[in-house]
Amino acid sequence: MNSILIKNGHVIDPANNIDKKLDIYVEDGKIKEVGENLSKGDTVVDAKGKVVVPGLIDMHCHLREPGQEYKEDIESGSNSAAVGGFTSIACMPNTTPVIDNGSVVNFIKTRPARVNVYPIGAITKGQKGERLSLMAEMKKEGIVAVSEDGDTVANSGIMRNALQYASNFNLPVIAHCEDDTLGSDGIMNEGYLSTILGLKGINKAVEENIIARDILIAENDKQSIHIAHVTTKGGVELIRQAKARGVAVTCETCPQYFSLTEDAVDGFNTYAKMNPPLRTKEDVEAVKIGLKDGTIDAIATDHAPHHINDKNCEMAFANNGMVGFETAFGLGVTNLVNEGHLTLNELIEKMSYTPAAILRLDKGTLGVGKDADITIVDTECKWTVDIEKFVSKAKNSPLDGFKLTGKAAMTIVGGKVVMEDGALV
Amino acid sequence: MFGNSKDLLGIRDLPVSEIQEILDRTAEMKKIVMSQNRKTTDLAGRTVNILFYENSTRTRLSFEMGAKMMSSVACNISASGSSVTKKENLIDTARTIDVMQTDILIMRHGLSGAPHLVAKNVNAAVINGGDGTHEHPTQALLDAYTIIEKKGDLKGLKVVIVGDIAHSRVARSNIWLLTKMGAKVSICAPKTLIPSGIEQMGVTVYNDVEVALKDADVVMGLRIQLERQKGGYFPDLVEYAKEFGINEKRLKLAKSDAIVLHPGPVNREVEITSFVYDCDQSVIDEQVTNGVAIRMAIMKKAIER
Ligand SMILES: [Zn+2]
Repeated sequence: MNSILIKNGHVIDPANNIDKKLDIYVEDGKIKEVGENLSKGDTVVDAKGKVVVPGLIDMHCHLREPGQEYKEDIESGSNSAAVGGFTSIACMPNTTPVIDNGSVVNFIKTRPARVNVYPIGAITKGQKGERLSLMAEMKKEGIVAVSEDGDTVANSGIMRNALQYASNFNLPVIAHCEDDTLGSDGIMNEGYLSTILGLKGINKAVEENIIARDILIAENDKQSIHIAHVTTKGGVELIRQAKARGVAVTCETCPQYFSLTEDAVDGFNTYAKMNPPLRTKEDVEAVKIGLKDGTIDAIATDHAPHHINDKNCEMAFANNGMVGFETAFGLGVTNLVNEGHLTLNELIEKMSYTPAAILRLDKGTLGVGKDADITIVDTECKWTVDIEKFVSKAKNSPLDGFKLTGKAAMTIVGGKVVMEDGALV
Repeated sequence: MFGNSKDLLGIRDLPVSEIQEILDRTAEMKKIVMSQNRKTTDLAGRTVNILFYENSTRTRLSFEMGAKMMSSVACNISASGSSVTKKENLIDTARTIDVMQTDILIMRHGLSGAPHLVAKNVNAAVINGGDGTHEHPTQALLDAYTIIEKKGDLKGLKVVIVGDIAHSRVARSNIWLLTKMGAKVSICAPKTLIPSGIEQMGVTVYNDVEVALKDADVVMGLRIQLERQKGGYFPDLVEYAKEFGINEKRLKLAKSDAIVLHPGPVNREVEITSFVYDCDQSVIDEQVTNGVAIRMAIMKKAIER
């Protein structure tokens, strides 16, 4: 028997409306008891002064395996996730080969990993936008959603079929929204800064056109849809209006989109190149309002690790994306909670319960009988981001030197401690 | 040194005092260029390497001639193929050139920011000979020098830049420089060729060339590339020339003593007519001559570290 008692912590469990000092008793990988003054267990963890929350869940990351293990692999990526306080992560299908059939899903599910890894299947075979992928077969092997992430399903008819077909198998569809014909080949947000840097801009309508399209397709057929990484004021507003009409739309944003603006790109900083691009202050404010009023349901990392060679090059050739797991919670506390946009309770909900619900996983709560995926966070801990110390294989982040408050102190997956005080266990 | 930097990468970060100093020094260099004894020892024993990934006649030749007049060892490096489509390791190429003990590396590249990447990775002073649609600082400096030669000062002058502003590094560097030095800058192009947010650079934007040219002291045409027509920015060059080309009639809308500049090469009868190119108000040839002198002044400044 393997048991842990987490004592003296302040427990926040949004799904069960718990926000007070309680002890949690874990046995055989499940939460057995939540209550006051518990006293049993092989191991006692003293969480005094810390907050005990449902294990964080990232519904959008890139683990690069199979095919690009020089950037990251499932082991290194899941280690990075554990350090960030994540207990479950859902990885996007733009690997080599693409996750578009059961064998690739099975390969991922059987790789060693420190946290729970849930593959997301492609919407179309090879992410070519033509024929639907083997959704039923992949579902049997364990995918939790389908997405074309990195690409948009350009053909509206195929997207419509994808929503309907995926719903046969209770698979959520995650839309990466980018209108290729309107200039998705840009490098950064379009505006004054892209103009003076002479870098091709990506205008906001590139993102908003497809958000609008996918909402309308879902609405027309009464299907549900999840919009990935929303970055613009207009995008937030489109989703707000759709929700008001009763459309079954959910969405996520990422810490970078409420923490950074396009200014990070100035000086040709390839570390700040990502897709969708960092936007303006006005958009950052709109994203924060969207988080607060519930328009934005979830916070995902879009962890997108790259090898130094893919970043230490011309802006035009630099790969899109940044390391996300290890800074996500700190950015949430620093820029959302401590600035008064969200309560800690709301932040935790958007980083655990809500993404679990969207992916239809029975996770993200500390209810008795649930999987013992638990994160202990220190919301007071002040630290400075040092990209050289990332556990991810990749060190690319525009956040180097940023001073953050809030860090995961312990990550417990299935009743097993996998990270303690920043060190893998 | 250029301000705090070993490199000259753009006008945006160049202080006014440095701009003024380069312009002042150019006058001495021009005397040498115009003399019968075109030789100085300013770069004696120094190495200048010219790495151009895009075609160029004027810029490349003016750097090379200037470097040789100043007694340096100057080499041209042929960078074959298109840098924009092929991913080659620019840092490795630059380092190779650098460790051969290069004092000054002149660089032109099709991608914005490429010289900045190189500058971070070499000891040589990097001079940007034009990068993508970002900046072309030496062109802006020679344009300013040419204007001052004719007008005495930049302050208060009405300068109108007409053409493909969106894809022009010449326009960006000129806007930075001219606005820093107190000129009033207007730009004119079809809306498809006006880049987003450019009014924040302190320019007035026009879409009607006849309105834009009114009372101008300086008229600058920019090259229109045929590929913009294919890119759908305007229907064809004929319509462009009709609506936005600078011809004899339109030039009359500017002040009677207005001067005409063009960074070259000129598409005659497209952005400007042959009449305008060859008229007395045109200083396009002087720009080319001044290009040698300005680049000599810049290279001399580059070795002062
Ligand atoms: Zn995406």
